[in-house]
Amino acid sequence: MKKKLTSLAAAVAFGLAANTAMADEMTAVSFGGAYGAAQQKHMIDPYMEKTGHNILFENYSGGVAELKAQVESGNVLWDVIDMEVIDLERACSEGLLEVFPHDVLPPGDDGTPAAEDFSEEALANECGVGNIVWTVLYAYNHDTIEGGEPSTMADLFDTATFPGKRALRKRPQVNMEWALLADGVPKDEVYDLLATEEGQARAFAKLDTIKDDIVWFDSWSQAPQLLNDGGAVMVQSANGRFFAAIQEENKPFEMVWDGHVFDLDVWAIVKGTDKKDLAIDFIKFATGSKPLSGMPEVAYGPTRQSSYAYIDENVIPKLPSAHLDEGLKASSIFWADYGESLGEKFNEWLLK
Amino acid sequence: MSNPELTPDEVKQADRNRRRKKLMAIAFVAPLLLFIFVTFVAPIGTMLYRSFYHPTVSELIPETLDQLDQWEEGSSDLPPDQALNTFAVELQALAKERLSGKLAEEINRALPGASSLIKSTARKMRRAETETLRTEGAQLLLDAHPKWKQLDVWRAMKSSGAVLKDDFYLTALDLERTPEGEVVQRDTQIYLQLYWKSLKIAFYITALTALIGFPLAWYLANAPSRVANTLMIFVLLPFWTSLLVRTTAWIALLQTNGVINSTLMSLFIINEPLEMLYTQFATVIAMTHILLPFMILPLYSVMKGIDPSYFRAALSLGAKPIPAFIRIYMPMTVPGLSAGALLVFIISIGYYITPALVGGTEGQMISNIIAFHMQSSNNWELAAALGSLLLLLITVLYWLYDRLVGISNLKLG
Repeated sequence: MKKKLTSLAAAVAFGLAANTAMADEMTAVSFGGAYGAAQQKHMIDPYMEKTGHNILFENYSGGVAELKAQVESGNVLWDVIDMEVIDLERACSEGLLEVFPHDVLPPGDDGTPAAEDFSEEALANECGVGNIVWTVLYAYNHDTIEGGEPSTMADLFDTATFPGKRALRKRPQVNMEWALLADGVPKDEVYDLLATEEGQARAFAKLDTIKDDIVWFDSWSQAPQLLNDGGAVMVQSANGRFFAAIQEENKPFEMVWDGHVFDLDVWAIVKGTDKKDLAIDFIKFATGSKPLSGMPEVAYGPTRQSSYAYIDENVIPKLPSAHLDEGLKASSIFWADYGESLGEKFNEWLLK
Repeated sequence: MSNPELTPDEVKQADRNRRRKKLMAIAFVAPLLLFIFVTFVAPIGTMLYRSFYHPTVSELIPETLDQLDQWEEGSSDLPPDQALNTFAVELQALAKERLSGKLAEEINRALPGASSLIKSTARKMRRAETETLRTEGAQLLLDAHPKWKQLDVWRAMKSSGAVLKDDFYLTALDLERTPEGEVVQRDTQIYLQLYWKSLKIAFYITALTALIGFPLAWYLANAPSRVANTLMIFVLLPFWTSLLVRTTAWIALLQTNGVINSTLMSLFIINEPLEMLYTQFATVIAMTHILLPFMILPLYSVMKGIDPSYFRAALSLGAKPIPAFIRIYMPMTVPGLSAGALLVFIISIGYYITPALVGGTEGQMISNIIAFHMQSSNNWELAAALGSLLLLLITVLYWLYDRLVGISNLKLG
């Protein structure tokens, strides 16, 4: 009996050893939804097929709270994480992420070296590699809008011409920028002005003009819903959410690109993971020309120039990358400085 | 010993028996005790601890803080060059270990805008020679950014450096401390308003559940058992349904083109849709629905135990039905009513998910701002202080309840 057990144990041990030598397993997290599905299809599945490694692909709701909890408690469950640049800046400088060696990134499929192929912002932070360009804009519903067709940021604040509710996400980010843009502040001065007391007061004063007409929501997924069932006539959301509603459900929505606030999402590696090599290998693959070219399926632009060769020409004008001139780049540095104090002031303003 | 009829051996035996029984009892309770300790006492203890014990900054820049000790926060001069040199060296070390962001976040809390200042300077310091920093760090620092010449930055650094502090509690009470050490009101007044609002909403909900629950519980307790059992299922059914489903159902009912509005409009009772979702009204009504069973169940079990002959006796002695009900029956239901009220009140004051989903901005409660500090601003210390104050508030209310009604009067079922 004892002998049997030993041989069984040996067999199990051998099996395990063989298993780890051949295929490894790690956990990647992202935002789920249509975006997660596109990543699964173009990044996760092809990588597993190619290498035989297994990736557990999970969802989280963004932010750095969970990441911070894992790293600080030493109980790291995630290996690779998809995050917004606004959080990346902070997570990286707080030591929650591994530094990513940008020089290992392969050249694009057309032979352009990685450093030139990626857009500048995509490699701006030492902890991450840019994955997509996405943006926050507002859209209206052709069926419910009255008073014409809104086309500028000022129109969002013009309740006289376009009566009805506006739905905005309940946080200072983007809304403060929009208020100043609508008040006539040039794009390149928005963040400098917002750093001053007067600028903040001016933004709140502008928001005050439509305060009674605002419906607040907490998650991007609520937004197309609000626009669809008439909860609001103009709704703020990530462009991919509207794109999916227009493309797949034939909703009569129209996106307004004026003053959109765009940002990048990046892949990064969680500090303290014991799968660092595998994680680097995965990110090298996932940010290749071909996998990135799958992201426009959900209307997010690729960060590599060489990916455009694979993209349908009709889709390109609908991507944020085609509208960068009309937009404003979200400043992660500004929000690292003022995110908390403006968050408090914003909540105070809401209670007034 | 005390009992002369027992021999010493028998006394010993009895003691041994008693001890064994005690041990047995402890063994039975042990799993629960352990569970409570691990899931309840330890987390709450950590939370309380975290709200005033905050060593992060003093671990990051210990030597700078030592030197800043000599410097008066109220003084109008910059700290001595020696302190600045030390800080430059420590900042460089932090930058190399990628911890400068942590320092930046901490100081930024006391002085918004300090985050980018510290991070950008840290990047510059990383390139300098450590030996140079030791002697000329102060100059390099002042050259790196003009803000280092401002006293605010150094005051913020010194005040963030304290290990044991009440600053988070001051913030949670909308107060702050000036460099001169005076406690004054903050510019941003928010938390007290939210506590007050949470109390108010919790009170409305408790009153509403009592108003709706009392007649229903009375009917359940007095109806024939078949009817009562069937109705009981209707009370319990929502209890078994997911909280999220019930909340979402309210969204479908209350929204602008939802069930209630479209019904009222098709009946020509109203012309414009009423605004019900994302208001305090929505929070109160959805939570009343969700918490109703917590009121009905204790009431029902107490009413079930009340002997109907008391009421009949009162009637047969000549009391009119309504006074008899109020003076004889109602006082006997107090244990159930107060248990239900206490349960509903305490659960609703810290409620999070429903206000977040249906409350919009009007229906926000203190728990939503605690979540904001946990998830978005990462100010866990302030979240802990806010949570501790909420715990204190509930304890005080519980104490008041004990003084006014008496806790022995409580009956949960």
